[in-house]
Amino acid sequence: MGRSRAGRYGVHVFLTAVSLGFLAPLLLAVYASLRPYEETAAHGYLSLPRHLSFDYYRQAFTESGMGRYFVNSLLIAVPGVLLALFFASFVAFAIARLRVRGQLALLVLFTAGNLLPQQVIITPLYVLFNRIPLPYWMSDSMTMYDSLWAVIAVQTGFQLGFCVFVLSGFMRTLPQEILEAAVVDGAGVWTRYWRITLPLCRPALAALGTLEFTWMYNDFLWALVFISNGEKLPITSALNNLRGQFFTDYNLLAAGSVLVALPTILVFLLLQRHFIAGLTLGASKG
Amino acid sequence: MATTGGKVRGTGESGRTGAARGTGAARGTGRSRGPGKSRGRARRRGTRRYTRRDLAVLGVLLGIPLLLDLVIIWGPTLASVGLSFTRWDGITDIQWAGTDNYRALFTDYPPFWPAVRHNLLWLAFLGLIATPFGLLLAVLVDRGVRFSRFYQSTLYMPVVLSLAIVGFIAQLVFSRDQGALNTALGNPDDPVDWLGDPSLNLWMILLAAGWRHVGYVMIIYLAGLKSVDPELKEAAALDGAGERQIFFRVVFPALRPVNVVVGVITVIEGLRAFDIVYAVNKGRNGLELLSVLVTDNIVGEASRIGFGSAIATVLLVVSLGFIVTYLVQELRGERNR
Repeated sequence: MGRSRAGRYGVHVFLTAVSLGFLAPLLLAVYASLRPYEETAAHGYLSLPRHLSFDYYRQAFTESGMGRYFVNSLLIAVPGVLLALFFASFVAFAIARLRVRGQLALLVLFTAGNLLPQQVIITPLYVLFNRIPLPYWMSDSMTMYDSLWAVIAVQTGFQLGFCVFVLSGFMRTLPQEILEAAVVDGAGVWTRYWRITLPLCRPALAALGTLEFTWMYNDFLWALVFISNGEKLPITSALNNLRGQFFTDYNLLAAGSVLVALPTILVFLLLQRHFIAGLTLGASKG
Repeated sequence: MATTGGKVRGTGESGRTGAARGTGAARGTGRSRGPGKSRGRARRRGTRRYTRRDLAVLGVLLGIPLLLDLVIIWGPTLASVGLSFTRWDGITDIQWAGTDNYRALFTDYPPFWPAVRHNLLWLAFLGLIATPFGLLLAVLVDRGVRFSRFYQSTLYMPVVLSLAIVGFIAQLVFSRDQGALNTALGNPDDPVDWLGDPSLNLWMILLAAGWRHVGYVMIIYLAGLKSVDPELKEAAALDGAGERQIFFRVVFPALRPVNVVVGVITVIEGLRAFDIVYAVNKGRNGLELLSVLVTDNIVGEASRIGFGSAIATVLLVVSLGFIVTYLVQELRGERNR
């Protein structure tokens, strides 16, 4: 590989150039967020800095109440991920490790569901959520519509398909002998799932959880459609509001974007191996 | 919800010992259950009969996700198809409209064909430019050059960003007056309105979307490349094949299952595209997409739900074509395994 020295340098130059090109927009956003808008308005984003400060971050956080939106995002993504993993892992277990009728149909039903365009299901869900009453302590709108429950339900339902697909593929690679031994020993379905199969799936669950978290955190459309009260929006959708409020001040927006992106970038940098494993579990199993 | 979560995480720890105990027991250590019962079970192993408790567990834990999937995904999908044959504003009674919506859509709705064109262009760009570029990067990184981990992380970084944020960043780069691109080009007297000009903006947005797509594709191909048997490559090299030949004749064909996955991701991304154009200008003025039209008609002020559903149904039919192809491929592979 890389027979000639020149060829090897060529590859490095090329990869470095592409990498820098990929990083540049991110760095630009960070740079813009540190400078006053008047300065970039007068000199453009590529000018040398005169003032650098974290003012916009403070402003984005205090004036637009981003803290609350972060909490909303967590309130959606954390239960969403856990529920999706829990339910999907059992379905995957039934598909891959038990003899249940209609396994193939189940797999197709869930997997195909995840691939549908989101817009196809918006209207009926909108109507449905408006008609499901919830007690006041669960939702101050008294319906499922305009509550975090709606977004959690949709995120969970929508992502179930991908999780089932990935986990059933993973479970199929586990040695069947352990399970058979447990059956001989009289272990019921629950024991076989909870105490024998799930622990073996730990790497897959971690990978999938990381991936699903970023997906749910990043989603933009569901909250936009199912939540009307701006206070309840998750952060990614709320960023749109920040834009409406200060639509001329791109630097504030840049600070907001960096803040919003920070959690996923951190998750990625810290859990990179899990993250990539999660993506590729579904892609190159077998 | 929190308690379920706690349990899921909790098993990680306690579950491992559980599994170990399970295997230990199976080797004959014996468990607290009656010996007669377990012997009976062993005899019936082939048929796998379930106890009443097993059936209850199956019923609940298969039932809830299945119900969720049907209520959240498939029910609404069918309902959307049904609604597409009606006239409805969401408040007054639903009226049957036959195929009126579709007729109006194809003949009398100016944004429809541009949106179709944009979706196709999106597909073509991702499929013919971004995806092959991702493959090229994967091949280069996979050759084990130094710093490959660094390259891999940088190239992948955009994928963890929300498309909404990608949209905002695109505005920093492409905006007319202070955008970085115009500054870099040094054309203050005659700035190009990259995002405002309807003949240009789609291309700029495609660049931004490609920024994310390339990294995604690269990671998937990297995993695929690592799973290609190196002996295949060595054998081909011994037979005197050049690097290029090895790649196109040996490696690429071996990547077929990965190609299918990447193909589907590309198609789905092409059809589902929404967030980024919505973040830039709500999908107007040159950035119309089918997904935007659906959202506009349903959520927007117009509230033409029947009509919006008809657009959604068109999107559904096209997507289903690819989804079915993909699943047939996948399941065929499953059987061969």
